[in-house]
Amino acid sequence: MNISVQSKQEVPALSFSVRVKSGVKKNWYKFSRNKLSVVGLIIVLIIVFSAIFAPLIVPYPHHAGKFVDYANAGTAPCAEYWFGTDNFGRDIFSRIIFAFRGALYMAALVLAIAVPIGVFLGLIAGYYQGTFLDTVIMRVTDIFLSVPPLLLALAIAAVLKPNLTNAMIAVTVMWWPWYTRLVYGMATSTRNEYFVKASELIGAGRLHIIFREILPNCLSPIFTKMALDVGWVILIGASLSFVGLGEQPPTPALGQMVSDGTRYMPDLWWMTVFPSLAIAVTILGFNLMGDGIRDMMAKGEYDRE
Amino acid sequence: MKLSSYVIKRLLYSIFVLLGLSIVIFIIARVVPGDPARLALGPRAPQFAVDALREEMHLDKSLPVQYFYWIKGVATGDLGKSLITKRNVVEDIAEFLPATLELVLVSALFVIVFSIFFGALAARYKDTWVDSFIRVMAYTGVAVPSFVLAVIFLLLFGYIWPIIPVLGRLSAGIQPPPTITGLITIDSLLTGQLDVFFDALKHLILPALALAVGPLFQEARIVRSAMTENMGKDYLAAAVGFGMPDHVITGKYLLKPSLIPAVSVMGLDIASLMSNAFLVEVIFNWPGISRYGMEAMLRKDLNAISAVIIVFGLIFVLVNILVDLIVAYLDPRIRLGGRSS
Amino acid sequence: MIVNKNDSILNIKDLHVHYRTYDGFAKVLDGVNLWVGKGEKVGLVGEAGCGKTTTMRTVLRILPENAVVPKGEIFYHGEDILKMKPQKLNKVRTQGISMIFQEPAAALNPVFTIGTQMFDVIRYSDSGKGRSKEEIKELAVKAIGEVYIPDPERILNSYPGQLSGGMKQRICIAMAIVTERELLIADEPGTSLDVTILDQVHRLLRGLVEKKGMSLIMITHSLGVAREMTDRIYVMYAGNIVETAETKELFKNPLHPYTLGLLESVPRLTGGGVAEGIYGRIPDYFSPPKGCRFHPRCRLSEEKCREEKPLLKDVGDGHQVACFKVQGVI
Ligand SMILES: Nc1ncnc2c1ncn2[C@@H]1O[C@H](COP(=O)(O)OP(=O)(O)OP(=O)(O)O)[C@@H](O)[C@H]1O
Ligand SMILES: [Mg+2]
Repeated sequence: MNISVQSKQEVPALSFSVRVKSGVKKNWYKFSRNKLSVVGLIIVLIIVFSAIFAPLIVPYPHHAGKFVDYANAGTAPCAEYWFGTDNFGRDIFSRIIFAFRGALYMAALVLAIAVPIGVFLGLIAGYYQGTFLDTVIMRVTDIFLSVPPLLLALAIAAVLKPNLTNAMIAVTVMWWPWYTRLVYGMATSTRNEYFVKASELIGAGRLHIIFREILPNCLSPIFTKMALDVGWVILIGASLSFVGLGEQPPTPALGQMVSDGTRYMPDLWWMTVFPSLAIAVTILGFNLMGDGIRDMMAKGEYDRE
Repeated sequence: MKLSSYVIKRLLYSIFVLLGLSIVIFIIARVVPGDPARLALGPRAPQFAVDALREEMHLDKSLPVQYFYWIKGVATGDLGKSLITKRNVVEDIAEFLPATLELVLVSALFVIVFSIFFGALAARYKDTWVDSFIRVMAYTGVAVPSFVLAVIFLLLFGYIWPIIPVLGRLSAGIQPPPTITGLITIDSLLTGQLDVFFDALKHLILPALALAVGPLFQEARIVRSAMTENMGKDYLAAAVGFGMPDHVITGKYLLKPSLIPAVSVMGLDIASLMSNAFLVEVIFNWPGISRYGMEAMLRKDLNAISAVIIVFGLIFVLVNILVDLIVAYLDPRIRLGGRSS
Repeated sequence: MIVNKNDSILNIKDLHVHYRTYDGFAKVLDGVNLWVGKGEKVGLVGEAGCGKTTTMRTVLRILPENAVVPKGEIFYHGEDILKMKPQKLNKVRTQGISMIFQEPAAALNPVFTIGTQMFDVIRYSDSGKGRSKEEIKELAVKAIGEVYIPDPERILNSYPGQLSGGMKQRICIAMAIVTERELLIADEPGTSLDVTILDQVHRLLRGLVEKKGMSLIMITHSLGVAREMTDRIYVMYAGNIVETAETKELFKNPLHPYTLGLLESVPRLTGGGVAEGIYGRIPDYFSPPKGCRFHPRCRLSEEKCREEKPLLKDVGDGHQVACFKVQGVI
């Protein structure tokens, strides 16, 4: 079956011969109009790049594991150890770069699992709006949204064995409902649009309507939210690992490093301050980039299209 | 729809949500861990003791029956004993909850007052350094999680520049006022102990700020963008055209519609305050229910964990009802549900 | 009633307004000239997007944020509104000029009752200052009665969302006339209403203006409405006034090719066929045509029209046209 119904808004009656900038160029223009978005993109690229090539670029790759060098323990930041060393003499800079790996891995996996589930449920509930299926899905969603997410994630992670995988499971369980709610809202309104009704009339199948007509119209908010959510997942991951419910030592994790550092305050302040900064910069980078993506997807105030 | 029937509907729905939440908690606390009895007694306890506890906890029955017994306990205020304190967890909650409430209330107050203030300021001085400053603060607030902020505060004010107390609710040597509400600030005012009041206030500032800074500037941004958006509306141009004074236009015709989106997301902010309280209370050694819950989680004290989640779920549900009511009050379009002439 | 230009209460001279957008400046108004005499009813006619609302918003200085006024003057009793200090400007707004917005639904604040909004309009107007609550309410009730809405008490307690479109339109009118003003600007009141109600609104408006002896600027798409309502008409095209004359004269002796086109495009109830109308559409404001902005659509255009901009010139009896052909220059 090959049905194509125009799913875009009609051109408004009063239109000018606008010099429309071409796709990529226009998107980049909208993204980069706010210079902070570009800063965010650069931060993200640096973090992702250094996480992938961590063993090649950090000065002391073996410090990211079970390594002790009491002779150099608690060295303040210097040329040799940019961010100083911890109580075991391990290079904090190297450990931070390695910690990015777990953080990014977690964000990627959580979103890769939670988003499809959430989106799928939202689409189904939206398509079968007003039916039993809708009620069940949306009520369950409401229940999951009725507790602060970090709290339930903490509880789930706590009853399981503390490690990265279980932290990811805990966060994933808390994450899908947001997408269900987001998609549900859009799906129910799209569902009643003329182009959907039209393809229904021509006899398009349910799957076609859900995935070819409704889903494409929800994509841009979904991607926008995902871009912003990377930062949030990293934040929750750091919170979990801060209380010891994430990656276990000696593998480094950002939250865990901050928490270890607090025990050596104020003498070894660099043990706390640098991992804290790393968390802040990471979340900042992803948020700035996410904002840029939102600007890119949204229609601008005076943007005539 | 009348406001009262709206409230009743909202309440009934909340009860349903809480029941659903109880199932989730039951699964987390009773099903996921495998053998809660063994967990409660520890690996070295003799098998017969474990079996006895299993029977007492109805773990030998089917899951629905177990849930029934458990929810019956919850409904009658019997949440079981805590492993840590060896007391009934209800007693623990009664002891620890007020401290958390006080902390969350004060930080919520910070969020509300300062977000409107900064938001209006940013809108008024749009595209000036004031606006930029608030934008930078919003990004910082997002980027610096409250536990990191708390740790930084601890480093700064605990060691480097100790001008303000960082740990606990009261300084050593200051007697807490008799418990009336459990909130020390209020109790000390009620009993007229001003020195206690100010001491309690000083102890509140850092943890409350650590919690509030993130949501505060986010909210300010929402207020700001709602205000700048509404500034372009015809009704505002009309009000200006009628020559109404600035303070009426900004403080009335612009502020009220602009508060609606800000208040609507306030529920999420409170959620973030309450979640983050778990880490912040630990850091500031704040003797609240979050610290208690955190300890329970780390020691797998299942009864305490479920009790804490239920309490938080309950508070969160109530907060959301309150938020909805405020939004309905602000926005007649919701309250009246369309035309009714 | 015809007034001499020297007795004008409002006199717009060579007004330019541009909008800043991501695609550059939209050069919308390109030298608008318009005046209104005391007690005069003036029509401003032009197709959608020609800048009528923009002109009127400039008069009250309530343009959107992205608008700039590079050039022009708006004299109100001899003083330039664009240069007025806040206090003077406030006088203009509170006792001089009031405006009825094009979209009544958008012009009313959705989260305040009609009463709240109306009371504030009265309280902060020049003639309403220092009045007691009861007096203010009395005025509001009277104004609502004047626009023929029953049960004013209930209306005052309603929110805009609870009223029909026609009622909202009348409320907007009531707000604009509730306290004394010298000049009323009505921006296409009721375009969103159906024809019968539209007609009522127009008659209501004319009656009120005449009763109160106000001047009126009536903005409309339709020459027919302008003919019914006004003493004199300005025809606007793409940010320029292209022709102005007394209403009778304009219909008897239309001169500008655009005016002619407009008259032809009025659908006739008698006679055959669809009106001929004007081809094409309003130009791109980002790079408007050189010379006369109408030349790409003009059947008579010549070399000079493409090069030079025609100015409004008197062709007798206050009838002014901006067209080289008509002026006999070419
Ligand atoms: N805030 C703005 N930013 C950019 N362009 C604008 C803005 N407001 C109006 N315009 C443009 O200016 C032109 C004139 O608009 P205006 O509202 O004055 O027209 P109008 O004559 O009142 O039209 P209508 O009969 O449709 O009300 C239009 O092309 C419009 O797109
Ligand atoms: Mg208009």
